[in-house]
Amino acid sequence: MALLTVKDLSLGYDGQAIAEHLNFIVNAGDYLCVVGENGSGKTTLMKTLLHLQEPLHGEILTGEELKEGDIGYLPQQTLVQKDFPASVEEIVLSGFQGRLGLRPFYNRSEKELAKKNIERMGIAHLSRRCYRELSGGQQQRVLLARALCATGKILLLDEPVAGLDPMVTAEMYQLIKDLNKDGITIIMISHDIGAAVTYSSHILHIGNTVFFGTTEEYVESEVGRFFLTQQKGGLQ
Amino acid sequence: MIEKLFLYLEYPFVRYALIVGVLIALCSSLLGVTLVLKRFSFIGDGLSHVAFGAIAIASVLNLTNEMLLVLPVTILSAILLLRTGARTQIKGDAAIAMISVASLALGYLLMNLFSTSSNLSGDVCSTLFGSTSILTLSGREVVLCVVLSVVVLAIFILFYNKIFAVTFDEDFSRTTGMRTDSYNLLIAVVIAVIIVLAMNLVGSLLISALVIFPALSSMRLFKSFRMVTVSSAVLSVFCAFFGIVISILAGTPVGSTIVAVDVLAFLLCYSIGRATGGLAA
Repeated sequence: MALLTVKDLSLGYDGQAIAEHLNFIVNAGDYLCVVGENGSGKTTLMKTLLHLQEPLHGEILTGEELKEGDIGYLPQQTLVQKDFPASVEEIVLSGFQGRLGLRPFYNRSEKELAKKNIERMGIAHLSRRCYRELSGGQQQRVLLARALCATGKILLLDEPVAGLDPMVTAEMYQLIKDLNKDGITIIMISHDIGAAVTYSSHILHIGNTVFFGTTEEYVESEVGRFFLTQQKGGLQ
Repeated sequence: MIEKLFLYLEYPFVRYALIVGVLIALCSSLLGVTLVLKRFSFIGDGLSHVAFGAIAIASVLNLTNEMLLVLPVTILSAILLLRTGARTQIKGDAAIAMISVASLALGYLLMNLFSTSSNLSGDVCSTLFGSTSILTLSGREVVLCVVLSVVVLAIFILFYNKIFAVTFDEDFSRTTGMRTDSYNLLIAVVIAVIIVLAMNLVGSLLISALVIFPALSSMRLFKSFRMVTVSSAVLSVFCAFFGIVISILAGTPVGSTIVAVDVLAFLLCYSIGRATGGLAA
């Protein structure tokens, strides 16, 4: 069975639908990019998938191997975090909260795993540094390491490259692709349609037209072709 | 000077005041870091004004044990105020300002209309700026304060990692399956208990100082959450101790002396932070 099956999902706030009748499936190992114009409900979709918000209609079915809280989430950064006095280690460890339950402290194996995830993100040399002093790209790596502590199966990324310079952006995309190759399923919101079609295996386009399919199908489709040329035109 | 201090320490009421003052300072500093980071620095102020209003009502009703009314009312307001975020109609800071001035005004009004006390402005002043009641504590009150402090401390240590997670990133914590609402509730209740405790020490206008100054000072110096927390606890205890000692020796009001020491400590930490760019984690 698929990791995530979304059936006839409508989302929005206070009964006002932003996006309606979404249907898509995410299988283990997929790399799904969610694209669409501003205000088309990409972040709302993410929050609904994470159960941070109730859907207006429809259902989200999770496969048997995916338990609640088994999702790693990379949110957009909040203002509070920008001057938060916390070390990289402390933040990465907090990814284990769901596993902790009522147990008050982290155990040795969790600390080991946190260390491994910090190394995996290539920030071992920063582990005792203060989060607020790191660059944007380094901060994203910290939050990614934290998300990996929460799950080894599926990551939901909300604009992971927002505000990063081109070099760091490319590194970030490569890092995410490597995680995907290691078997972690990726669902990513992206503004960057060029990167989306380069790296992803599937595309979900929401907005006035809804499209779901493989990336090859998307590039050939009418909505995909239109959006691609429009975005490229906009960039020039 | 030292001799005079030792002479004073012979008296049980001075020892009681020091014990209670230090414990209250310790407890109030613990959640300071969380409140400052969540942009709730003024919540102490708001809640203590609510407590002031509740005290006024209690005295009008001639309740023998004020705590029975003050504590539940304050806890309830804390829960309402800390229900953060987009769902509320009136945003955080406005809600705090509204509740705090409203209860301050109503409290004073009630006291004026119904009070039987001969020294009304004295009563009001001591509730606002801290009374000398810290120097007239009975053994039973000291025990109550010690017990409550131990409970607050135990809760904080047991839930330290969870408080960190909820403070740093509430949404993420919720996605990992944490019951963030329950922890916010816990934080609110603990804050309310601390405020009611601390009102005896510094009075309701000065409580915010006790909650936020140690945290702000420590944030100038340290870079990990653990060190900031430990340092603000140490700093707060230190300032309260010296504040009380100075006030006893110099005959100054207890609450404002403690706060003055806290302000000095902040200025010192700020300068050190600027000079060194912060100490190591």
